[in-house]
Amino acid sequence: MSKINARIPEGPLAQKWTNYKDHQKLVNPSNKRKLDIIIIGTGLAGASAAASLGEMGFNVKSFTIQDSPRRAHSIAAQGGINAAKNYPNDGDSVFRLFYDTIKGGDYRAREANVHRLAEVSNDIIDQCVAQGVPFAREYGGLLDNRSFGGAQVSRTFYAKGQTGQQLLLGAYQALMRQVNLGSVTMHTRTELVDIVIVDGKARGIIARDLVTGELQRHFGHAVVLATGGYGNAFFLSTNAMGSNGSAAIKAYHKGAMFANPCYAQIHPTCIPVHGESQSKLTLMSESLRNDGRIWVPKKKEDAEAIRAGKMKPTQIGEDDRDYYLERRYPAFGNLVPRDVASRAAKERCDAGYGVGATGLAVYLDFKSSIDRLGQHTIEERYGNLFQMYNKIVDENPYETPMMIYPAIHYTMGGLWVDYELQTNIKGLFCCGEANFSDHGANRLGASALMQGLADGYFVLPYTIQNYLADDIAVKRMTTNEPEFTEAEKVVKARFEKLMSIRGKRSVDSLHKELGLVMWDFVGMGRNKEGLQNAIEKIAAIRKEFWSNVRIPGNIPGMNIELEKASRLADFIEIGDLMARDALNREESCGGHFREEYQTPEGEALRQDDKFAYVGCWEYKGNDVEPELHKEELVYESVSMVQRNYK
Amino acid sequence: MEKTINITLKVWRQNGPKEKGRFETYKLDKVSIDSSFLEMLDMVNEQLINEYKEPVAFDHDCREGICGMCSLYINGRPHGPDDDVTTCQLHMRKFKDGQTITIEPWRSAAFPVIKDLIVDRRAFDKIIAAGGYVSVNTGGVPDANSIAIPKVDADEAMDSASCIGCGACVAACKNGSAMLFVSAKVSHLAMLPQGRVEGARRAKAMVAKMDELGFGNCTNTGACEVECPKNISLSNIARLNREFLSAKFQD
Repeated sequence: MSKINARIPEGPLAQKWTNYKDHQKLVNPSNKRKLDIIIIGTGLAGASAAASLGEMGFNVKSFTIQDSPRRAHSIAAQGGINAAKNYPNDGDSVFRLFYDTIKGGDYRAREANVHRLAEVSNDIIDQCVAQGVPFAREYGGLLDNRSFGGAQVSRTFYAKGQTGQQLLLGAYQALMRQVNLGSVTMHTRTELVDIVIVDGKARGIIARDLVTGELQRHFGHAVVLATGGYGNAFFLSTNAMGSNGSAAIKAYHKGAMFANPCYAQIHPTCIPVHGESQSKLTLMSESLRNDGRIWVPKKKEDAEAIRAGKMKPTQIGEDDRDYYLERRYPAFGNLVPRDVASRAAKERCDAGYGVGATGLAVYLDFKSSIDRLGQHTIEERYGNLFQMYNKIVDENPYETPMMIYPAIHYTMGGLWVDYELQTNIKGLFCCGEANFSDHGANRLGASALMQGLADGYFVLPYTIQNYLADDIAVKRMTTNEPEFTEAEKVVKARFEKLMSIRGKRSVDSLHKELGLVMWDFVGMGRNKEGLQNAIEKIAAIRKEFWSNVRIPGNIPGMNIELEKASRLADFIEIGDLMARDALNREESCGGHFREEYQTPEGEALRQDDKFAYVGCWEYKGNDVEPELHKEELVYESVSMVQRNYK
Repeated sequence: MEKTINITLKVWRQNGPKEKGRFETYKLDKVSIDSSFLEMLDMVNEQLINEYKEPVAFDHDCREGICGMCSLYINGRPHGPDDDVTTCQLHMRKFKDGQTITIEPWRSAAFPVIKDLIVDRRAFDKIIAAGGYVSVNTGGVPDANSIAIPKVDADEAMDSASCIGCGACVAACKNGSAMLFVSAKVSHLAMLPQGRVEGARRAKAMVAKMDELGFGNCTNTGACEVECPKNISLSNIARLNREFLSAKFQD
């Protein structure tokens, strides 16, 4: 039997989830108390799962690397959260949200999972409002909506430009309520460093206390990873500095499949890079594309004059501006999906029309909206984003257009999970951005928040019971079992090895080197030769890292460089996996653009006869090539067509 | 050419909560004025690592002003000399060539130093755990549009809810009071019908927890509002006082 089986329930697409819930196994209240669940990460997926499972009566242990669960990077999501409420009466429905998400993902997501996501989307909005999330409202007192890329309806709920913050605080508060009630134990500044497998099932973790440096053992009847994405493999990204892919790599080393690692989302509207000391990139929300128009000069000489600082964008007349998204995609205009908008910006800049000192920027202009709606309205909608831009760039975006450029933002790939969000390791679950399942090759805006909360509030709390119901007779293990001892020994040896290298290169300098390779060869435009080159370069960086990294300090106590080094070692592996997966996938789809496969107009060209599958990579050992397994994607309710946003 | 400055830093170094701290001085050349303050600290650390010394430990994460992880007392002000920003959004263009910059951790009895510039802010989580939520479980809630909420109330609740929990208010306060933090959460939920139901219980529980954790009393100096990177208004404290008093009268 194949190692991967998605276990999609029988029945028509719209009935699958209902049928599943009707027939799944449940755990009764007195047994829930006897079952321990470990949840790693406290973002939208992790916090909502921990709170919900705690409320049900399970004994939950929650872990975060930050000083508080409220710091998780979900907090930085700006624009909004999608749901199929159809409050604006503009033709939305569960099917339409499902369809847009499948199409937006370029027909590389699993149909049954995406339909379930659309089904529970409305419950999320109800839940958040009940928690007191202050979504934006109309004067009549009801909820307001706005539009996002890849949709022709307005289905996005928002709280100013701080939707992620408000949703996360809602989940965090629900989580802290459970901490107060004693059903959840909180472990802050504690990092998962290995997963413990007993008799083929995930039964616990080895964690490192980031304050004391001590290793800890924790038992759980099940382990849930909700640790977000791995975009920081690129060094510069919109992810938080601490966001990392290490939990996923630990699971991968234990046999969990890593699915579609090459699917990374490049977000079109980020503040451009300013120089070598830059540590991260700041996103300007996609919601800005509701009212902002993207353009570059029509004439090359104008672009050159701007780059030389001899001309200002406001001096360029309407007729000399190329609103290239409106020109190329009249039906969706500035609201095309992210992958399309990013490639179009790269195309213009590569052709010599880019602006800013580096030529790697395009304009996002609000003038026509300010003229139409007044500055007050724009301020009300995006005030905090404009302020953020002003503080970083030192220019007033109400007066002069913003400069933006694409940057790595989100990873659609992640640990492979079945319909129940269980990896191919029994008892190891994965939710939120950390898994691969719902966004295919490209995620639509305002769908990350939806997926994180769907998994945590409404999917995992059901599906994990189907697994745990068979575990009610399993007594809590002591962490003195040989499997725990062995795992801790391996972890300890790895940290000792890292500290013993005592080379010359700082962690950051190596991470920057990796990031440049990733951006140049595994970024927006990929090709066979470049990817082969990247694999060689990444191997060289790995060698350099393990022989020449410099980590000051000691293992005991707080040692931030050691934390970073440990995560970088894992990013190097992820980078290699991304390049291999991208090399294998000889087609263009969503965020994965192979230059060899494009239409004459430069659009992504899928090869459905060869690549309509999930690429699942199995670890075969250090320095051994991973093995590819395939989950074929079968669509019963939609037909695969070339995406068209014209 | 990008503009650069040369600066001198006086940084608080402390190995652990019980250890004695001291200032250390570092010189740093050619800092781009377009760099953020934390990118400047990255440069300091790179320099220290190259000299085989221990880098300065400081808290940071999102670097876009929303996670609330970064802190730092810079030249005597929480989050430094710019207004309405967190340290991660502070840029070096706010400093002059040749300037000396003093960097300290938050100083408050309720936030003990863990290492160098990193402090322990778990007291804030404990206050939220005491009552900073609406007590609803997942599922079984009414349709989101079944309650109409006046836009002005929703907007005001949103303003209070934008607190990022960084602790600058406590650090700025001569009494080390957490009143602005507590009042922002109490106000956010008190202004919405969903939160009104347990308003009295919430105000009492959060204030009691705040007192228990060793935060000081509020004497209305207003320093917290001035230094708050998210412009949380003092009027929240007035609302908390009303909520708290009326809760006490109900007893």
